[in-house]
Amino acid sequence: MITGTPKPIEEILEMLEPYDNIILAGCYGCVTVCRVGGDKEVQVLASTVRLAREAAGKKIEIKEVCLERQCDPEYLEPMRPYVEDYQAVLSIACGAGIQFMAEKFARTPLLPGINTGFLGVTERQGEWTERCQGCGDCVLHLTGGICPVTRCAKSLFHGPCGGSVQGICEVSKETKCGWQLIIDRLKALDQMDNYGKIKPYKGWDSSRDGGPRRIIREDMV
Amino acid sequence: MKSGSNLERVLEAGHFAVTAECGPPRGADPEVVLKKAELVKGNVDACNVTDNQTSVVRMSSVAGCMLVKQSGTEPLLQMVVRDRNRIALQSDLLGASALGIRNLLCLSGDHQKFGDDPQAKNVFDIDSIQLIHLVKTMRDEGLFPSGEKLEGAPKFYIGCAVNPFADPFEIRVPRLKLKVDAGADFVQTQCIYNMEKFKRYMEDACRQGLPERVKILAGVTPLKSAGMAKFMNRMVAGIEIPEEIIKRIADEPKDKQAAKGIEICIEQIQEVREMEGIAGVHVMAIEWEEKLNEIIGGAGLLPRPILAL
Repeated sequence: MITGTPKPIEEILEMLEPYDNIILAGCYGCVTVCRVGGDKEVQVLASTVRLAREAAGKKIEIKEVCLERQCDPEYLEPMRPYVEDYQAVLSIACGAGIQFMAEKFARTPLLPGINTGFLGVTERQGEWTERCQGCGDCVLHLTGGICPVTRCAKSLFHGPCGGSVQGICEVSKETKCGWQLIIDRLKALDQMDNYGKIKPYKGWDSSRDGGPRRIIREDMV
Repeated sequence: MKSGSNLERVLEAGHFAVTAECGPPRGADPEVVLKKAELVKGNVDACNVTDNQTSVVRMSSVAGCMLVKQSGTEPLLQMVVRDRNRIALQSDLLGASALGIRNLLCLSGDHQKFGDDPQAKNVFDIDSIQLIHLVKTMRDEGLFPSGEKLEGAPKFYIGCAVNPFADPFEIRVPRLKLKVDAGADFVQTQCIYNMEKFKRYMEDACRQGLPERVKILAGVTPLKSAGMAKFMNRMVAGIEIPEEIIKRIADEPKDKQAAKGIEICIEQIQEVREMEGIAGVHVMAIEWEEKLNEIIGGAGLLPRPILAL
């Protein structure tokens, strides 16, 4: 899923400073699962903002909504009839959702209420870790199902570097060495042959480096 | 000869090679490099110039190499893939070769987290093993990796670094083999203190026949004090200084610890010299270049051979 973290309330209040009636829009997609942008978070954030603004003597009206997904046009359309009744939308969806809404509602300012994180997994309640950078050219079949681009701090294709100590990356005590994980898995799978091969330079053109990406599925268009 | 560098000639002639390193300054003052180079001169076959080591911004390695060269020592250019994509790497390689730099060390580079600019974007477009392959392609085939023909191939004696003490230990020799397969001509190791572990590493490397394919220079670093030893043990990934070495230095009074450190360093050089498959030594006297002559001379490695071109 796409993960995220709430923006500090001070930053949100500063963004909202010019406005006195807004929509606060959540999303039932990834951000609900990682508990940063679902309907519960909409309610909590709306209350927090109202209280803060009341205390500051500058009341604010907030319409609370939560869309099925902010990254699909059909779920954005129902907002169209009333969106311009408000001065701005504070969205706590991911960066994709926020931008898509901005594109659809050209005359309404969009404000981000969260910092979008990464494509990751839930380790346990309250902890998420990154797994994928969406580089567009998956090599997991060669690396024991563990991504060198994402899990190695240097995205090495022939790791581990000299900074790997007892399975931990030199970058942080909380970061496992991706290449130690790869080697452990290759050994368990009896696939260490894969380690001894020199891999071609990665084509980053399929990644963000090639410019904003687009997928066209001819079978679906 | 692949590059015609002095280091290559010394190693190919079967001499036990000696290299050292100069860290460029954190500023634009050439005198700092020239002063260090003066201390290195005559003691080594080539002198590494580091490339923004520990991700701390310093004078560029190419510039440092030219200053070392100007003062009469053959430079060895360290190049990391942390800060340059393949376009910049190729361009800098062509420039360095055009300026007469003939030795190259291909490195991944310390993560930028450790330097003054932890918020910098890292590059790592290709890794250090792919950099070896890239340089070899340019040198031996006269081609850019894209397949386009070069107007003049760069000439480098291609080196790499290995840390025999990082984890997992069992992957360390296979990883060296990858670097040799990619085209490394020589390798400089991380500083060695744990001789027993390094012996096991070298036995494994010999079993794989690696010393016949690559010249292995063992890395040593003299310890200035017991405090420095403890600090390195704690803070530097992949450095293992055995307790007995720390004790030997700690047992000396403070003003004699540096001399003991040098004595131990000389012993270490003599010890690696006896090991099968070791072709030379890389003396990293960090900010202690004035002791190079004493260490290298003490190990019986002076004068350095002078070979005709």
